[in-house]
Amino acid sequence: MGDMKIIEVKQSVFANNDADAEKLRSRLKEEKTFLLNVMSSPGSGKTSTLVHTINELGREFRIGVMEADIDSDVDAVTIAEKTTAKTIQLHTGGMCHLDADMTRQGLKELGTGEIDLAILENVGNLVCPAEFDTGASKNVMILSVPEGHDKPLKYPLIFTVCDALIINKIDVLPYFDFDMEKVMEYAHRRNPNLKIFPISAKTGEGIKEWCDWLAKEVKAWNR
Amino acid sequence: MHELGIIVHITRTLQEAAKENQLTQIGSVTLEIGEVSGIVPEFLTDCWEYYRKKFPLIEDSELKIETLPAVTFCENCEKTYPTVQFGKQCPYCQSGSTYLLKGNECNIKEIEAC
Repeated sequence: MGDMKIIEVKQSVFANNDADAEKLRSRLKEEKTFLLNVMSSPGSGKTSTLVHTINELGREFRIGVMEADIDSDVDAVTIAEKTTAKTIQLHTGGMCHLDADMTRQGLKELGTGEIDLAILENVGNLVCPAEFDTGASKNVMILSVPEGHDKPLKYPLIFTVCDALIINKIDVLPYFDFDMEKVMEYAHRRNPNLKIFPISAKTGEGIKEWCDWLAKEVKAWNR
Repeated sequence: MHELGIIVHITRTLQEAAKENQLTQIGSVTLEIGEVSGIVPEFLTDCWEYYRKKFPLIEDSELKIETLPAVTFCENCEKTYPTVQFGKQCPYCQSGSTYLLKGNECNIKEIEAC
């Protein structure tokens, strides 16, 4: 090894990903494809919420879904069986999140030319996906009642980076000490602009309000 | 493994820096990690030990981590205080209108290379 010299880099580790994400976002804007990044804990009901969402909006928009998981294709199979959306499975190869470059590759496989609304179901995790901008038009997070109303205090970053929060499984509210007012207060403390939609992916309650908001955002983006 | 993703991104940045500066070997990489960034330095080092061996540029490279303290600013009384000790609520005036000034960093500060 020769003489080492010190080189100042002074760059955020996320700078490259942020730049890739910005590039992807402006390309999608030009192509009139809205990318929705869906994040949550494992088991919060992402896939069943998506099935409802696709069936509600499927007549209005051409929808494509990318299911990201560390392994398996169970979610992609569920979406393909229960909806008419084009679905692909992405494997992160052990990583706990998707970054902008992986998202770009997924979109290429999905083919954005004939898609108005591309939905990315990120890996179930409240920490890592929040750190990596995927290039999405909007970010949504699903929190379910059994997880508890204290999550905005424990995982602040994800509540900060999201545009909308879906509170799922409200049909089981009577059985849990989940305080709806408190969760809204905690979440708004982190992000005053956060839109909050209490829903039940089991009974269908609240799905329409959530889908109305999403449809409005998709139209505004693809205009 | 959030930390592995970070290491992958660091490696990409280092490869670009090496190309720009015509470097063939990196002896050490110094990171600045904020106290409340959610990054666990021990995991980061473990991932580095695994990942560096895949690239000749960094295979003998040491990862050095400097921790940056987290500081929160209170909008109400305009004082700053240590985030880890007091959290979101200002210890001086008990206000909750506070924001993180620093402590969320994950920067590559410098590298030693030739």
